[in-house]
Amino acid sequence: MPIPLPTVNLIDISPEIILGVFGVLVLLIDLFLRRERKGHLAVLSLIGVVGAFYASLRLWGSSHYAFSQSIVVDNLSLFFNGIFLLGTALVILMSVSYIRREGINLGEYYSLLLFSTLGMLIISSGNDLIILFLGLELVSIPLYILSGFARTNLKSNEAALKYLLLGVFATAFLLYGIALVYGSTGSIKLPMIAKLLSDTAVSSNPLLFIGMGMLIIGFGFKVALVPFHMWTPDVYEGAPTSVTAFMSVGVKAAGFAALLRVLLTALDKLQFSWVSILVVLAILTMTVGNVIALVQTNIKRLLAYSSIAHAGYLLLGLVAGSRLGVSSILFYLVVYALMNLGAFAVVILVGRKGDQNLHLNDYAGLGYRYPLMGAAMSIFLFSLAGIPPTAGFVAKFYIFSAAVKEGFVKLAIIGVLNSALSLFYYLRIMVIMYMREPEKKEVLPILFSPGLVIALLIAVLGVLYLGILPSRVLDLATSAIRTFLSG
Amino acid sequence: MLDYIWLVPFLPLFGFVINGLVGTRLPRRVVGIIACGTVGLAFLISLTAFFVLPDQPVPDKVLYSWIKVGDFKADFAFQVDPLSIIMILIVSGVAFVIHIYSIGYMHDDPGYSRYFAYLNLFVCAMLLLVLANNFLMMYIGWEGVGLCSYLLIGFWYERKSAADAGKKAFIVTRIGDFGFALGIMLIFKTFGTIDISEVMHLAQGRFEVGAPILTAITLLLFLGAVGKSAQIPLYVWLPDAMEGPTPVSALIHAATMVTAGVYMIARCNVLYSLSPTSLMVVAIIGCATAIYAASIGLVQNDIKRVLAYSTISQLGYMFMACGVGAFAAGIFHLMTHAFFKALLFMGAGSVIHALAGEMDIRHMGGLKRYMPTTYKTFLIAALAIGGIFPFAGFFSKDEILWRAFEQNYILWAIGVITAAMTSFYIFRLVFKTFAGESRVEKEKLVHVHESPRVMTVPLVILGVMSVIGGLAGVAKAFPLLGMSRFFSEKLNILRFLEPVTGGHHAEGGQAVGLERWLMLASLLIALLGIYIAYQFYVRNPQLPKRLARRLGRAYNFVLNKYKVDELYDFLFVNPAKRFSVFLWRIWDDRIIDGIVNGTAGFFKVCGHIGRRVQTGYVQTYILLIIIGAVIIIWYCL
Repeated sequence: MPIPLPTVNLIDISPEIILGVFGVLVLLIDLFLRRERKGHLAVLSLIGVVGAFYASLRLWGSSHYAFSQSIVVDNLSLFFNGIFLLGTALVILMSVSYIRREGINLGEYYSLLLFSTLGMLIISSGNDLIILFLGLELVSIPLYILSGFARTNLKSNEAALKYLLLGVFATAFLLYGIALVYGSTGSIKLPMIAKLLSDTAVSSNPLLFIGMGMLIIGFGFKVALVPFHMWTPDVYEGAPTSVTAFMSVGVKAAGFAALLRVLLTALDKLQFSWVSILVVLAILTMTVGNVIALVQTNIKRLLAYSSIAHAGYLLLGLVAGSRLGVSSILFYLVVYALMNLGAFAVVILVGRKGDQNLHLNDYAGLGYRYPLMGAAMSIFLFSLAGIPPTAGFVAKFYIFSAAVKEGFVKLAIIGVLNSALSLFYYLRIMVIMYMREPEKKEVLPILFSPGLVIALLIAVLGVLYLGILPSRVLDLATSAIRTFLSG
Repeated sequence: MLDYIWLVPFLPLFGFVINGLVGTRLPRRVVGIIACGTVGLAFLISLTAFFVLPDQPVPDKVLYSWIKVGDFKADFAFQVDPLSIIMILIVSGVAFVIHIYSIGYMHDDPGYSRYFAYLNLFVCAMLLLVLANNFLMMYIGWEGVGLCSYLLIGFWYERKSAADAGKKAFIVTRIGDFGFALGIMLIFKTFGTIDISEVMHLAQGRFEVGAPILTAITLLLFLGAVGKSAQIPLYVWLPDAMEGPTPVSALIHAATMVTAGVYMIARCNVLYSLSPTSLMVVAIIGCATAIYAASIGLVQNDIKRVLAYSTISQLGYMFMACGVGAFAAGIFHLMTHAFFKALLFMGAGSVIHALAGEMDIRHMGGLKRYMPTTYKTFLIAALAIGGIFPFAGFFSKDEILWRAFEQNYILWAIGVITAAMTSFYIFRLVFKTFAGESRVEKEKLVHVHESPRVMTVPLVILGVMSVIGGLAGVAKAFPLLGMSRFFSEKLNILRFLEPVTGGHHAEGGQAVGLERWLMLASLLIALLGIYIAYQFYVRNPQLPKRLARRLGRAYNFVLNKYKVDELYDFLFVNPAKRFSVFLWRIWDDRIIDGIVNGTAGFFKVCGHIGRRVQTGYVQTYILLIIIGAVIIIWYCL
């Protein structure tokens, strides 16, 4: 029996290949570098990221399947690649001085980051449930290690263990969901599933719905939807700050990429069913995230809850499910990556060895002692809160109006109310920065390393640019989904 | 020239950036020059724009296309028409004067550059709000002024009351902003655009009078106005906002920001005209607020609080004007009010400055000898707000009252009673502060002085405007002795605003006569208010002394007189006093403050409960995941 060999076109996965090669390269070169020169690996990783970005750019405009339809190369996946790579690049820039300060400047750090990003790229182009699963695991496993990377720090160990235990638990749900969907439809290819679902005998199978529920739970864990969010604050607080930043942006974006593909491509016919689940999850996620954030005193925990709330806003775009909805998710993720990473960059700057100086009170008076950094942090906080003329406002406006347009007016109202609520804790940080005297007078000066400054600069300029002149990126986001929903 | 209109909001923004980033390292002089200079330039540009504005409608000045996706489009563009020109003139003009005044007032404050940075940002946001050609940009300005107001009320953040007041203002106005945001969303959903003139145009063609969707939109927008312009029931933040520096009160909480709601309604007059229900709501809320706030103003003893309630009351007038369809009259009163209220606040600031922070009028008195300029200008402003001919308030208030009279006698009657109260409380303030014997504490009296020139010159400028400002809107009915063409055709704000607010109705000959009588009536009533205040606060306080001198023969006579006062007190003053104290103490402090604080507290408690669930045990987390999973899967089946 002849086995049909799939046609192999490596160009289609060139971003993935480049990133993988650089990941291995970093690991190898690491062997020959002395401890204090590990910074070179960051440069090497950055080259890899830029290379993968360039490769994605070259592919822009294509729209086809590869590897027996298990991979899809379209603008949507490439746009997501852009978000992931942007996030990773910023995280690498932020990491150099941070991991040196924390005494965890080991070469594996960068290669783990690259491998995790590779997983994200695989998710964004996955056209097949198994590939999506593979990608998600490739994202997660390096992160289990990375969250425990500060080996001498108890909290970091705790974070890693919790993340691993709960992550594995959620993976089981995901895998079971995949099995059930496959069992009830007979295919793991997303477009194929969609086609098979037009048969009512298939689409009324209760096992299919259970499978769908399990998939939502599995992905919901990764993007930290309430009630699957409980790991987030503990892990975000315990993990090294740069890793937290990476998780809060990259993993979230990857989870949404997977949700978009699965729900809108494969399970589009079941929209009537999953929309109501997502509506409830969105309300819960926004509200719980914001309300608990109100009483946080640790900046990392506060940002953890804030990131939960942002996942809730993002769900609104998915609920809308329209072109506008999906493109607003893309835009939101770009903005979110910039503003959240920017905020974490400031957290890294203010922090001290052993992850000290993370209490909100440690920010007292910083606005005056470091006016530029204070201004940058204010811009990020304004953007997170959604106040014009920052990018966060445009993003929120865009995603809410997508929901309104599809008739989810009440949901949008809850979203607006929630973002009003969020103002309190974001503004509180600013109030502390500008309106409170520091308790302890002798404060170590902040060391501005070039990597962090560059990252901060990119984030500030990005947030302002997208707030004032968002149309180019909005156009890009719109063109990114041109083939997605019509095909 | 009009192509440079974008400079008007951007110049103050530039000032904000400079003073905000490096202000602490610049000498104070430079900070002041940058802050005042940028606003002053913006005023000059506005002035030029006013003179070159052609009669035909001007196309919107598009700076660039801000958001454009699918059928959604928002430009960064400015609308140049009579209404926006008048507004930028008022905003930049009054702001410029107050900026100069602030140089003197804030002279010794350690947060000097921060203050001016906030002030400049505020001016920028307000100018953006009034120049916006679409609702989204207007919303940006709307939020911007709210934010600056929060920062400036809490400017002296080390004082707990100031920080609390800032928070209160922010929370209360947020409720209104929420309605405003919903209104904008509904506009987009209904019309498919957020361009203001397009919306107005579409509304006229597409909807009948009384269309429910328009009523919904206009009421939601009005909710925003109620919050921002401090009307019932969301006015409570404004009196507390007096915790900020006095020039801030003058600029933000009297002359400009709080008028944003009035401006917005005038801007959307087409929508409101199509919805009689909304107009009625606006008129009733405005009218109720006017008399309500004025009655509270009667019993306050804090000089700034009296002015705060007075502001609320005057804003009520403006809404009443809008509610009866007299949008131009509302804007006219907005303008005159900006002059005299800013002047009142700055005069009060001058007094407070001289008395080293004393704000209680029971501890003032006799200050006219020490501060002649402040006294004279304050008196002018008081005459203007009291509605005495020929000061500015007379013309604008009468225009509103006349238009109200045409619609509804009750509105007019309440308006007139409010006018009497207004002239009473404002002259109570004048007499208790400046007239009579000094009740100032000894050690403070030594230091009492007239404020420096940098503070008194702005007072004089606004004083002049408070005198002549009303001439911009002299009613046709007014006997002008041959000047009527000039006043009612050329120099007439109401006519100038016509392209935006719609035509003024024709006035018949008989109406002119009636209008004159009404004018006279309200003038007499205003004078009556002053007379009563004079009796109460200039004549009576001296009674005890005369009593002591003439002890004996005149005693009975004096006693009887005193009894008349007692009777007055018993019949009118005390019940009114008790009622207003009740309103102030019980309604304001308990119920409304309680709701505001309660909301914040509620969420905090929720947050703490949520935190409790976050035990740190993996078992708990898994349990929660399973519960969630069971519910979802149960739902899927």
